[in-house]
Amino acid sequence: MEEINVLLLFDVVLGLTLVWLAWQTLSSLDLFRAIVLFIAFGLLMALAWVRLDAPDVALAEATIGAGLTGALLLSALAQLSASQKNETKPSLFIRLTLGVLLFFLVIALAYTVLSLPTKAVGLSVEVAKNIELSGVSNPVTAVLLNYRSYDTLLELGVLLLALLGVWSLGGVSTNKSSFPKSSFVNPVLDLVTRLLVPIFILFSGYLLWVGAFAPGGAFQAGAVLAAAGVLVFLSDWYLPSKYSGFALRLVLVIGLVWFVSMGFSFVLLDNAFLEYPPEFAGGLILLIEAAATLSIGISLAALFLGREPATKSDSNIDIDTGVNK
Amino acid sequence: MILDILTVILLLVGALFFLAGTLGLLRFPDVYTRLHALTKADNVGLGLIVIALMLQADSWFVVGKLLFIWILILLAGSGVAHLVANTAQKRGIKPWKK
Repeated sequence: MEEINVLLLFDVVLGLTLVWLAWQTLSSLDLFRAIVLFIAFGLLMALAWVRLDAPDVALAEATIGAGLTGALLLSALAQLSASQKNETKPSLFIRLTLGVLLFFLVIALAYTVLSLPTKAVGLSVEVAKNIELSGVSNPVTAVLLNYRSYDTLLELGVLLLALLGVWSLGGVSTNKSSFPKSSFVNPVLDLVTRLLVPIFILFSGYLLWVGAFAPGGAFQAGAVLAAAGVLVFLSDWYLPSKYSGFALRLVLVIGLVWFVSMGFSFVLLDNAFLEYPPEFAGGLILLIEAAATLSIGISLAALFLGREPATKSDSNIDIDTGVNK
Repeated sequence: MILDILTVILLLVGALFFLAGTLGLLRFPDVYTRLHALTKADNVGLGLIVIALMLQADSWFVVGKLLFIWILILLAGSGVAHLVANTAQKRGIKPWKK
């Protein structure tokens, strides 16, 4: 009983801190401060998921929600010019309108939460009953890659669309930040990158493999891979232009293409789209997740770069110096 | 029994380092001294807690994982501390003097 009380106290403190952090993040006028608070919010949110016995979501929240989104926001902030930063309070009218709308939203949310049945079984019994047919023993992976693989497929599509949007708006990178490696790169950062990147790649492979029977999977593995990419970009390494054309695009789409083609490949054998025969399901899921990990990792890293890397065909730009010829 | 007592002692001392590090982070006058306080919590505090958890681990595999976590955080922590201090120095922030 004593132990339960201590844990309850911890949960209450955690919940209150989350609400407070969310408020601080939204009300901060200094964007840099807001981003740092957002990252802290993500880390505590991951802890909350652990407390809710959802380690898969916790992993995704920590790697993508806190880590990569934080890095993306910081890189976006760095690209905003000083004049674009709006650090004044919006007008009273806007604040009042938003306040009223949010008030109704809170009422609606509270009504929904309070009207939920107190004891819901959900679909976890069904999932547990059919786990043998899914080809994996981790129920989360079974849901994401087999029972509800539509969702995962569409998520890959959304990620690709997001990258296309960024590339359309961001223009072509001239590799200007990537001067030939010299004294510009901090030697400590360089060393840390050299030590960590191989470990990140190995760990990404581990998360991918372990996803079949324990928390892990394509999105978490992809996020770790992307973190390696972010570190590499920060250390001013860059993709040689001969790889940033077809090779890069192939890796970006391979997850989606492979997923769809695997989904169709058993339609001929009287299965529905994305329905796999149980005897192949385990292997197929691993293959799909491997391709998805690559695409997710490279897409997220490319999002961090914020622009389309220059290719050989961008001949009006000098790749080495970034100067228009 | 002895292992349990040792674990509790290590956890408490580790927590003390975290407390001192947090206090330093909040109360020290400039970025360099704050970094100094922070790295104590990260390196020593976490190290003590990792050792305490190792004593309770079921298998050598878990012990290895815990050790690996500590080494990774040491590496990342010291690297980041250097980068922050380096950037601060480049921006001309003078170390605090009494």
